[in-house]
Amino acid sequence: VNGNATVQQLSYFELVGFGPNGWGASLLWAAGMTLAVALCGFLVGAVLGTGVAWAKLSRSLVARSLADGYTTILRGVPDLLVIYLFYFGGSAALGAIGSLFGAEGFIGVPAFATGALAIGVVSGAYQAEVFRGAYQALSRGELEAARSVGMHRWLMFRRIVAPQVLRYAIPGLGNVWQLVLKESALISVTGLVELLRQSHIAAGSTRRPFDFYLTAAALYLVITWVSTVLFQKAEAHSMRGVRRAA
Amino acid sequence: MDLAFMRDTFVSLLAGVPLTLNLALTSLALGAIVAMLLALMRMSGLAVLDAIARSYVFVFRGTPLLVQIFLIYYGLGQFRPTLQEWGLWGFLREPYWCAVLALTLNTAAYASEIIRGGLQAVPHAQVEAAQACGMSGFLLFRRIVFPIAVRQALPAYGNEIILMVKATSLASIITLMEVTGIAYKLISQTFRAVEIFIVAGAIYLILNFLVTRAIYVLEWWLTPHLRHAPAIEPPIEAVHV
Repeated sequence: VNGNATVQQLSYFELVGFGPNGWGASLLWAAGMTLAVALCGFLVGAVLGTGVAWAKLSRSLVARSLADGYTTILRGVPDLLVIYLFYFGGSAALGAIGSLFGAEGFIGVPAFATGALAIGVVSGAYQAEVFRGAYQALSRGELEAARSVGMHRWLMFRRIVAPQVLRYAIPGLGNVWQLVLKESALISVTGLVELLRQSHIAAGSTRRPFDFYLTAAALYLVITWVSTVLFQKAEAHSMRGVRRAA
Repeated sequence: MDLAFMRDTFVSLLAGVPLTLNLALTSLALGAIVAMLLALMRMSGLAVLDAIARSYVFVFRGTPLLVQIFLIYYGLGQFRPTLQEWGLWGFLREPYWCAVLALTLNTAAYASEIIRGGLQAVPHAQVEAAQACGMSGFLLFRRIVFPIAVRQALPAYGNEIILMVKATSLASIITLMEVTGIAYKLISQTFRAVEIFIVAGAIYLILNFLVTRAIYVLEWWLTPHLRHAPAIEPPIEAVHV
């Protein structure tokens, strides 16, 4: 790689392109990492959100209060704090376990797992509200009909509840997915080389920060825009059998 | 749980609350002005203004706030000579003003859609009635459209305020010592992430709780027509007949 003087002279497209001095490949790889960590976090959140929504709808006062506490806290506290909790708390816990086996000092937790888990725990709180709202939009009559033809809870969940809840939840899930994508940029503080971190590295080594952060912003914009289109398609597809008023 | 440690942490973190509130309030106030302009551009009926406002909202809602902060704080450094010439470098060198600028531009995009929704929800009959009374232009906006729009937009705007209080935590990444910045410093010194998280989280929850209460009070004050009429005590003689 050439010295700084020549990097300063590179055109923007040489800088972010795929040539010998270009960062294009690393940026695309990092964008893939952003997508991967966001997707994992979203899936963790879907599992948590389903459980929490179920707790919120249950008759048990304890389960409902726990679920309400979870959604209130995770939606009221900055995501960055949650990421720090998992990153530093995770290392402290691993360190404590390690010291039992004679290891010493700071044990770093894998940044990807920390990030996916932190995003999952936060997005789970939002997804719980989405799923709860979608469940409440189900027609009571259909549930009664399912029970009256003798479906057990699990069969009813699989055949009647889950498909319709998913259908009603698509717009809300789309919003949560957008939140998760943007939140994934915060994972860069743990050192995971996702899109923002990679841009930071490139900006530092070329001293062209504006060019790289602008490129990162453009890539995020492409990802969020494609996601919007896909969610709109999914919504249209899922509603194809539904008659709408007017 | 070490309660003495948590009490000390609470005292240390309280020192960051003024900066957190300062960042949130400054950028919300400035953002509301930009948002109002954007909303008026969207509703102006001029294709050019509409397209500009639409793309602004698309870009700022579609990219992470942290990228916007980095673009302003680190990115603009690339144009330092030009900015010095324009006399803007004094501002943009300060992390505080970079954070305020990024938060302002970001909240303006979200708030403009909220304001637009509020303005569009003003019943047309009210506007017609005002016109029939001879109001027009700014007087009509100030007396009729604006108060009704604020009332409609308030709940959604309350959510935006809470999001902004949370978003100020990102300012800690560009070295500002607000609540999250102090929490990060304490965590990296003591490695007691759980206790510090509980205390810092509690501070944010209290702040957000106060915001929601304030919004409720404001909503109650702005909607006298939705309140129940005060119950009239029956005359005592009538009860004892």
